[in-house]
Amino acid sequence: MFKKLLVANRGTIAVRIIRACRELGIPTVAVYSTADKSAMHVRMADESVCIGPPAAQDSYLNIQSVVSAAIAYGADAVHPGYGFLSENGDFAEACQRSGLHFVGPRARHIRLMGDKPRALRIMKKAGVPVLPGSEGTGVTELREAQAQAKALGFPVLIKAAAGGGGKGMRVVRNAEQLTRLFPQARSESEAAFGSRKMYLEKYLERARHVEFQILADTRRNVIHLGERDCSIQRRHQKVLEESPCPVLNSRLRERMGKAAVRAAEVVGYSNVGTVEFLLTPDGDFYFIEMNTRIQVEHGVTEMVTGIDLVKESLLLAMGETLRIKQRQVTLKGSAIECRIYAEDPDLHLPSPGVVSNHHSPGGLGVRVETALYDGYRVPVHYDPLVAKLIVHADNRELAIARSKAALREYIIDGIKTNIPLHLKILDDPDFRAGQVATDFLTRYEPQHDPAASRPARRQHASVS
Amino acid sequence: MELRDIKALIALMRENGLTELEVEDKKGKIRLVRTADFVPPEPVRSAQPPPRPVVAVAGAPHPGGATAVELAENQSLLRSPMVGTFYRASAPDAAPFVQEGDTVQKGQPLCIVEAMKMMNEIESEIAGRVVKILVENGQPVEYDQPLMVIETAV
Repeated sequence: MFKKLLVANRGTIAVRIIRACRELGIPTVAVYSTADKSAMHVRMADESVCIGPPAAQDSYLNIQSVVSAAIAYGADAVHPGYGFLSENGDFAEACQRSGLHFVGPRARHIRLMGDKPRALRIMKKAGVPVLPGSEGTGVTELREAQAQAKALGFPVLIKAAAGGGGKGMRVVRNAEQLTRLFPQARSESEAAFGSRKMYLEKYLERARHVEFQILADTRRNVIHLGERDCSIQRRHQKVLEESPCPVLNSRLRERMGKAAVRAAEVVGYSNVGTVEFLLTPDGDFYFIEMNTRIQVEHGVTEMVTGIDLVKESLLLAMGETLRIKQRQVTLKGSAIECRIYAEDPDLHLPSPGVVSNHHSPGGLGVRVETALYDGYRVPVHYDPLVAKLIVHADNRELAIARSKAALREYIIDGIKTNIPLHLKILDDPDFRAGQVATDFLTRYEPQHDPAASRPARRQHASVS
Repeated sequence: MELRDIKALIALMRENGLTELEVEDKKGKIRLVRTADFVPPEPVRSAQPPPRPVVAVAGAPHPGGATAVELAENQSLLRSPMVGTFYRASAPDAAPFVQEGDTVQKGQPLCIVEAMKMMNEIESEIAGRVVKILVENGQPVEYDQPLMVIETAV
């Protein structure tokens, strides 16, 4: 059992981790920037330590401050959550060097999967299907990109080799667009990840984003906990997720699940992780990348499997053998997660402010993950994801109805949220029929979206 | 707000099983939060800055670690620029950088905050006199935590 765990994160996921620790009897230390002095996670933890000023790079992203706090305040374990330092190999290594248990995979897994082209090469070799693309060493020059695009055939997707979350990503349909968009994507990648290395992939129209949850211990036991369909995305940021995927039958689930487990096994993965695939309407699937952390949407899988993923990540980090067998994993009913962002629903710009009249919905199968409370000032410095509404019901139709009822009940005054958008999605005939692809949300883009013409993203640590 | 008022509020909370209490009156506003380990109340600044600001020295992680410090006009706080461990001297067997009562120059190292085995010398931002050292040698400190009270010549 850990003596004391430091939560290296904030907001909703920090609250989630503290709750799991409470159940296991692990004392917690919260870290916070001066902007988060009154944050929920600070109030809930057993102890709290201020580690820096508001800017993420000087606080939550500052490896030295986080590790120093852990050591100075007597923690022997660190949970990185998602976003921030959770997929930073240097951070995992710094923890390990300082004698701290890092709740997650080894640093080498993080680094390997963080190098996207390299991960693709390994998967291809292991017999996991990958998209035709530059699994080579990546491209930095337009000339090289043009050669690759010619070989692949348009449309292609330009991606950052060093990161994800939509940054550095562009769909390119012809040579003129490639000339224009490649330098743009490359600059974005450099700003976000400090790397100009890009790679190209065949772009699949009408594909679904289907990811599989992985659990693995350090003794080579790996299982999958089924899939999540995360096709509802806006500019590559997920908005709504569900499990099971409405178009997966048990045969396809078994094939994809096996591929996901193979992907984890081939690199000797441990702890929690997620293997992302693209699924075509013909039922072909391709490995895209692996996320080496707990994810925002992990709660969806928790509802349909009944397995507490955060608790499992802690137990696995303590060296426990995976107790769950693959055959014990079943997906029951249907779960939907609505990500609630503090943003103007029409302009998609962040909406900071002071929350008032906060009333979250409840009832059977209604779960709210949030760090919001009445009087809380949503800060400007961080990701605008403020709550996750996760609904579970016996089937998809009921889950949709329950989600709508819960969203209607949810009151958050003082800030704008995208709750109206969620209600639109849940009423959409294609969504209700389970017929979606990753371009689904473009139908709800306003005609003159000022943000659409700007390649800029919000200036904070991205969360996918 | 006087200390005896605060003590009365704390007693009120205990008697009625309250975990949070916020009180606002002409004198000011205070919010008390009761946790398993006793955490001293955090004074909130009222609309008019009082002549002698009361500053709570952060020390929530450690029971009994907090002190309220009253600052005079010509006094200011040396705050920790990072989270880590506070040391009075550059090495365990070395003499402390400063003692209470010492005169210091701007830029003079006053203490060390160690973070991940890196010793960071904390320099004085002003010339003056060390009135009080607020933390103990070897104590963990947070970002912005007051470490010393420095007085400039009046």
